[in-house]
Amino acid sequence: MMNKAEYAIRIQDLVVVRGRRLVLDELSATIGAGSVTGLLGPSGCGKTTLIRCIAGIQLVKSGTVEVLGEPAGVATLRSRVAYVTQASSVYPDLTVMQNLVYFAALTDRSASDVAKALDQVGLTANRTDLTGNLSGGQRTRVSLAAALLCEPELFLLDEPTVGLDPVLRRDLWKLFGDLAAAGHTLLVSSHVMDEAARCEQVLLLREGKLIADDTPDGLRHQTGQDDLEQAFLTLAERAGHPEEPNADQERQAS
Amino acid sequence: MITKQSARRTSATAKRVLQQLGHDRRSVALMLVVPAVLLILFKYVYTGNAALFDQIGPQLLGIFPFIIMFLVTSVTMVRERTSGTLERLLTTPLARGELIGGYALAFGSAALLQSVVTTAVALGPLSMKVNSVWVIAVFAIVDALLGTALGLLMSAFARTEFQAVQFMPAIVLPQLLLCGLLNPRPEMAVVLRWISNVLPLSYVTDAFTRARTVQGLDAQMWRDLAILTGCLILALGLASTTLRRRTP
Repeated sequence: MMNKAEYAIRIQDLVVVRGRRLVLDELSATIGAGSVTGLLGPSGCGKTTLIRCIAGIQLVKSGTVEVLGEPAGVATLRSRVAYVTQASSVYPDLTVMQNLVYFAALTDRSASDVAKALDQVGLTANRTDLTGNLSGGQRTRVSLAAALLCEPELFLLDEPTVGLDPVLRRDLWKLFGDLAAAGHTLLVSSHVMDEAARCEQVLLLREGKLIADDTPDGLRHQTGQDDLEQAFLTLAERAGHPEEPNADQERQAS
Repeated sequence: MITKQSARRTSATAKRVLQQLGHDRRSVALMLVVPAVLLILFKYVYTGNAALFDQIGPQLLGIFPFIIMFLVTSVTMVRERTSGTLERLLTTPLARGELIGGYALAFGSAALLQSVVTTAVALGPLSMKVNSVWVIAVFAIVDALLGTALGLLMSAFARTEFQAVQFMPAIVLPQLLLCGLLNPRPEMAVVLRWISNVLPLSYVTDAFTRARTVQGLDAQMWRDLAILTGCLILALGLASTTLRRRTP
């Protein structure tokens, strides 16, 4: 499905060190244009750091990140790439509509783009509500809508489906698929392995290392496991990290 | 270079900040009413000494906008930094100068409104005497903007809103003690006078003191205005360097 020459992101030998900790260890990968790529791995494995590198807001030690043909973080990419952080980064003391109108103004979008984005995330009925009064899942969707209305070529979505009910999750994944079909590229991080099944390409990250870069079917095939969760375990064991899975979470707390 | 888009992003940011303020009616009420109430209080504290109130009244008109804008801006900006919205804004086409410009525009107009209320109370019911009202307005805006700029700058050093509030006594009170409000600057000990010479609030107080007796702007007030504008530009410039796109 993915044309190798048509990549949206190319990462080469990326090393990120935070404090004394090696967060990303010589990571290289390419991400296909016009597709949904899943970035999966346990909490604290470096998913957010990798996304921040692609968004161009992470200080890196070495390596290169090329996004849509340009070095990550250059000014011309700011209207072509939208980054939705894990915590909903919208203003709780504004209404949903006021939030979206503001983000629309920053990227020269109109009121019709705002209405369309509201509809896409199913929040049209909440548009006059104060964002801070919404539930966590609804706030996440406001944050997502603020990116949707910019119609960027590349979406960087950090755990956009956390805390959403299954129906909404299904709807959002359908939306991601539709966006990819329309030519957008999406990089979606998640720590829920079954979400990998909905992606065309899956990057498995563990302790800052890329342990797999394949299609969901490819992952099943190479591990001989039907279940992607099991496939991940097999790959993690092969990569030679017989540590307890909890060690990652503790590290992230720091 | 100011392009149409740049102006649009700046004004959208100013509008957004004012909308946030608009949802916080209590803060707006406090911002508008408290300085006027304090001024009334000062008037009656000095009932037996009208001359003293005539002297410090105009100085207070310059000090309120500075303190309040410093507080409001530093807390708002810390909120922006800790909530992740700043990080997000820096990945959009919004330039750092546009963000700071938007803040300055929003809080500058809030300060103007506050000055209008306070000055109206001062000149009306409190019958304070000032020669040129427009001079008061000019300096009130400049020093409110200076408060905004210092608030933006100091927000970089505060991790929480609580810390940001603690910066108020640390940054503002020494200036308040040394600006000439409590004791005229020429009568201070030499070292204190030197220190007061490098603190911007001193020039605000100087200017407001002269606004009482001088018609329009005299040479010394032009100098005060120039110094304050310089401080303002310096603080805004330093503040913009604290808005780093790439962070560890």
